[in-house]
Amino acid sequence: MLSARAVLARPISPSAGPLAVPSALQLIGNTPLVEIRRVRDGVAPGVRILGKLEGFNPGGSVKDRPALKMIEDGLARGRLVPGKTILDSTSGNTGIALAMVGAALGYPVELVMPSNVSKERKRTVAAFGAKVVYSDPLEGSDGAIRLCRKILAENPDRYFKPDQYNNEANSLAHYETTGPEIWRQTEGAITHFVATIGTGGTIMGTGRYLKEQNRSVQVIAAEPADAFHGIEGLKHMASSIVPGIYHEEELDRKLGIDTEDAYDMVYRLGREEGLVLGQSSGAAQVAALEVARALGEGTVVVLFPDFGDRYLSTNMWVGWGKLGGTTS
Amino acid sequence: MVQVKVPTPLRKYTGGAGGVEAQGATVAALVDDLERRYPGLKERICDESGQVRRFVNIFVNGEDIRFLAHLDTPLKAGDELSIVPAIAGGR
Repeated sequence: MLSARAVLARPISPSAGPLAVPSALQLIGNTPLVEIRRVRDGVAPGVRILGKLEGFNPGGSVKDRPALKMIEDGLARGRLVPGKTILDSTSGNTGIALAMVGAALGYPVELVMPSNVSKERKRTVAAFGAKVVYSDPLEGSDGAIRLCRKILAENPDRYFKPDQYNNEANSLAHYETTGPEIWRQTEGAITHFVATIGTGGTIMGTGRYLKEQNRSVQVIAAEPADAFHGIEGLKHMASSIVPGIYHEEELDRKLGIDTEDAYDMVYRLGREEGLVLGQSSGAAQVAALEVARALGEGTVVVLFPDFGDRYLSTNMWVGWGKLGGTTS
Repeated sequence: MVQVKVPTPLRKYTGGAGGVEAQGATVAALVDDLERRYPGLKERICDESGQVRRFVNIFVNGEDIRFLAHLDTPLKAGDELSIVPAIAGGR
């Protein structure tokens, strides 16, 4: 374990920070990579585990990247023009990202999400000025996808639908930014990339870039172990509408993660690493440890999609007494 | 009888039905009755210690049982109970 002195070292001086940027959109990407020092559970000393903290994006999640890229692509192709509204189905983070990018560019945004997404997400989207349509919580994200299709079919000329599940610009965002960032931040030392799957955009695009740099980089996906789960944002592929951009054959491995293990990992990362992250990050870290434990040496990069503050009202934290959260 | 709304991922236990009926004076008794009618369902809702799994929400007439009396929440004929996973998916 690193000494306190090493942990406290500050590589960034006040004079070395970036200058002002023209808008919030220029703050997307270039997220930090942090060493996971304590939550290692028997991983060999020669194996590094590095977490990519996507919560540092201005919209608070990894989804800022595809949201910006899909809207840029829509503008470039003339599919998004003044007078149109940006419409999509989302369980939260993509909605927040689209709402932020839409606000920054001056386009209205309308989002379809299951009514059981967290309160913080609903309120954040509203704070960016987006309109929300709620779908049946019993049908999960697939219900939102179907309702969104219906809304679009009724008024096709009114909307631009980025369609994160089937828009290759989603994966491309990660191919062009997340992948190169990780390659540079590890100085090419990455051996394994671990990420969760919601649309598949992150793992597809990042994985493709990394494998192009070094064919031996292993790309490992984490998904809920079962269709009935509580890891917000993730899909259990075997029981879901499979996204068009998801190509499972490009993965080296896929690990199923139990919701309760993911939640317990979130509690640990907060208390042992000083990183309060979202449920999907907990799932990602469970998978990263499983991968890392099998290695003698290597550099495992695990992508943490967001911070935990937007889940503090959810089941993970509230109402379960002795568990990680409060009893309010 | 209590009307029970079943989420899509659990409908494999109910023969595809999204709404079923069951009975019980409390949520715990109703979950046991559901298990008799649809074997395998209870294990998905409750953990080994018999408590509702953390990621499962149960609503009685729209109220979350975590803020009522958990599994001891009383039920009466005509109530509506919804089992809702804290899922979404695809961000």
